[in-house]
Order: sequence, then structure tokens, then C-alpha cells
Amino acid sequence: MTSLLALGILLLSAFLLLTIALLKRKSVSRFREIPALTRLVRMLGLSVEDGKRLHISLGHGSLLDERGGSAFAGLAALRIISEKTSVSDMPSVASAGDPALGLLTQDTMQAGYQAAGVEELYVPTTSRVTGLTPFSYAAGAMHIASNENVSTNIMIGHFGAEAGLLADSSDRNHVVLIGASDNLAGQSILYASAQDALIGEELFAAGAYLGAGASHSASLTVQDILRWLIIIVLIGGAAAKFMGVI
Amino acid sequence: MRIFTAVIAIAVGLMVLFGYFFQPFVGIQTLLLNWAMILAGVASFVGIFNLIAVHTDKVRRAEKGSVYSALLVIALAVTFVFGLILRPQHEIMQTLLNGVIIPVEATLMGLLTVTLLYAAIRLLRRRADVMSVVFILTAVLIFLGSATLPFGDVPIFGTLIRPWVSQIWALGGARGILIGVALGTLVTGLRVLFGIDRPYGGK
Repeated sequence: MTSLLALGILLLSAFLLLTIALLKRKSVSRFREIPALTRLVRMLGLSVEDGKRLHISLGHGSLLDERGGSAFAGLAALRIISEKTSVSDMPSVASAGDPALGLLTQDTMQAGYQAAGVEELYVPTTSRVTGLTPFSYAAGAMHIASNENVSTNIMIGHFGAEAGLLADSSDRNHVVLIGASDNLAGQSILYASAQDALIGEELFAAGAYLGAGASHSASLTVQDILRWLIIIVLIGGAAAKFMGVI
Repeated sequence: MRIFTAVIAIAVGLMVLFGYFFQPFVGIQTLLLNWAMILAGVASFVGIFNLIAVHTDKVRRAEKGSVYSALLVIALAVTFVFGLILRPQHEIMQTLLNGVIIPVEATLMGLLTVTLLYAAIRLLRRRADVMSVVFILTAVLIFLGSATLPFGDVPIFGTLIRPWVSQIWALGGARGILIGVALGTLVTGLRVLFGIDRPYGGK
């Protein structure tokens, strides 16, 4: 029964995603204001003008488990960021705390440079695996924020408590911090430490706000539809329980 | 080439997904996941080479903080060689693990405690709004209800307020956030599965 329900949700989501993506292809999407993402878009332009670099931290989410979702969302944002900052004197740096994610980081950054038509400017060492455990990753990533002329630290991915160390390092080096994590501890720490933090599913909206295309905008609509369905089911279930139906 | 990699990725993704719902795909799903594990192991090796490349480059260019990079490369090489010769279960390797790596990580954890306290104090200066005040107040209430104090538990906080806040308000909020994250993960996964997002094989 549970498998059938899961399959049904999956098929419904897939159908909605493809249909809405097709419908949205020719229309301009309008989004609600999310301060962190507005700042992120502004910082992309400013970093090129200032001659400073961006540091995109993708966390230590493994691609083999459920944490992969936030890692893929981070990669989608990285793809756009690397394309938009590829012509800067100071290219963006990306760090990952998982080896497989590190490989995809390199590929994604290179794809961004290719899309901008400046593939020859891509430097492989700008995509890095800084550590293989959460704290060693944070220690390596802190070093980038403090030593490599970074103006903005963008954390999108799976971060736990170690996000506090990265946030503190950014703060001490006067680096703007924009943070998002799929982990509750990471989210609460980023909420307390970052100038702008993304809460919950806002992490997955970064691609759409950066202009990744109709499919990303469609994803947000699908998430909204599914969320309303869940709200209806929860309220309906509570009402049915209250009335003794179930 | 790009189409070829996308076809392989989509086909593998679909077969693994089908394995969760249809019995005939369970075998192939297990096989593919085992391959993924092996590839992840190989990726670790590649990741370490990336780490070495980045830090030797820093040393070569005599960049700021290159002393730490040199230290990292030397420590990595020594640990690797000793690990290869002695094997990871050897007493010396275990001493290295228990005497260096675990204490260093524990130190970072300790540092984090101070960092978080400092961040909480600075929160109101950075963002003086209602949500920040609620955040700080909640943290203080939970802290008072859970802290081990010399004179014992604070009455009411530990028995009434903390369970009420953490098991009703916080749990409800956490579930809401996790549902949102799960929906985001689902849709992101579908985008990758359909080849709309392709973080592999170039542009």
C-alpha cells in the first residue's frame, strides 16, 4: 500500500513537472521576494565589479543517500554562478566535502565556463574537495574564505553544526554569507549566523531565482501544488480522526 | 558524447528507481548500487588527488597560508605511506587516529560551542526583528530546561516548558520544514532523472 502511494506521488510529481515546464517555456516567471536570493543575485554582479571572488560551499552531502537532493540543488546554482562569473579576474571557487560531489563540482563549473564561451579560462583547482569529514571539510573551506580574496560565501547543500565555523570565519573576514542547508541543525545555525539564511525548501529555489530556466520555475510550482495537497490531507485526516471516521 | 552520458544516467536512474517498486528490478538495483559504492570509493581517491593538487599549487606559488598547505601534504603523505605499510588496524595507526584526528575534531566541536554563543549574542544586533527575539527566547528556554546545573534542574523549565516547546512547537515546525525539504528533494531528483539538470558530461 505504501509503495503504491509513493509510486502515485512520484508519477503525479513527474507529470506535473513535465506539463508545467512545457507550459512555462514561453512565459516569464514571477517569484515572491526572498531577501537571501535577492542579495545573492546582487552579489554576483558586485563580485565581478569589485575584482573579488565568490566561494560556493556545497557541503558534504553524499550523492548516494537522501542528502543528494540538496547537493544537486547546489550544483544547479553553481552552474549558473560559474557561468555568470566566468569572465571575472577572480574566478569563483567551489568546495565540496564529498569526493563524488567534488567530481561533479568540477564538471559543473567547467560546463558553466563552456556555456559562457570561455572554457580556456577554467582552472581545475577552483573546484576542490577540502575534507572528507564534516569538520575537516569546514576547516578546509574556512581557509578559502579567509585567504583567497572572497567577497561572498554562498553555502548551498548539506551542512550540520559545522556550518557555525564557516559562518564565523566569514564574519571575521567581513565576507557576506548566504546560507542554506537541508539539515535542521545547520538551518538553525545559519539562521543565527548568516546575514541572510534560506529556510526549508527555499534552498531548492536558488536555481529558479538565478535564472536556471523554465524547469526550475516549474519545480517551484510543483512543490507548491504538492504542499497544498499535503496540507489538505493533514487537515482532512485530523478532521476525520476528530469525527471518529478513521 | 553528452547525449550518450545522459542516456546512461537516465537509464541507470530509472532502473534503480524501479527497484523500489517492482520485484524484477531488485537484482539490477542492488548491482547498480554496489557499482555506485565502488565508484564512490574511487572518487575518494580522486578527491584526495584534488586536495594534493590544490595544496601543492599553493606551496609552489608561496601563497598566503602555504605553510599549512605544506603541513597538510606532508601529513597526508606520511599517513598514507604508514597506513599502506602497517595497515589501518595497526597500533600506531590507531594511536594516530585516537591521538590526533579525534581530538582535533573534538576541539573544533568545542570551538563551535563558543562560536554559536557568540552568534546568538550578535543575532539581535544583526537582525533585530520579532523572529530573532523568538529564536533567542526559545534557545534560552530550552537551555534552562536541559542544562546540568550545580543546584539541579530549574523547576518548571525542565518538566513543563522544555517538553512543551520541543515536543509540540519545535517538532511541528521541524516536520513542516522537513516536508518542504522532502518535496524539494523529490522534484530536484526528478529533474536529474529526466536529464533536465545534468551535472555531468559538460554543458
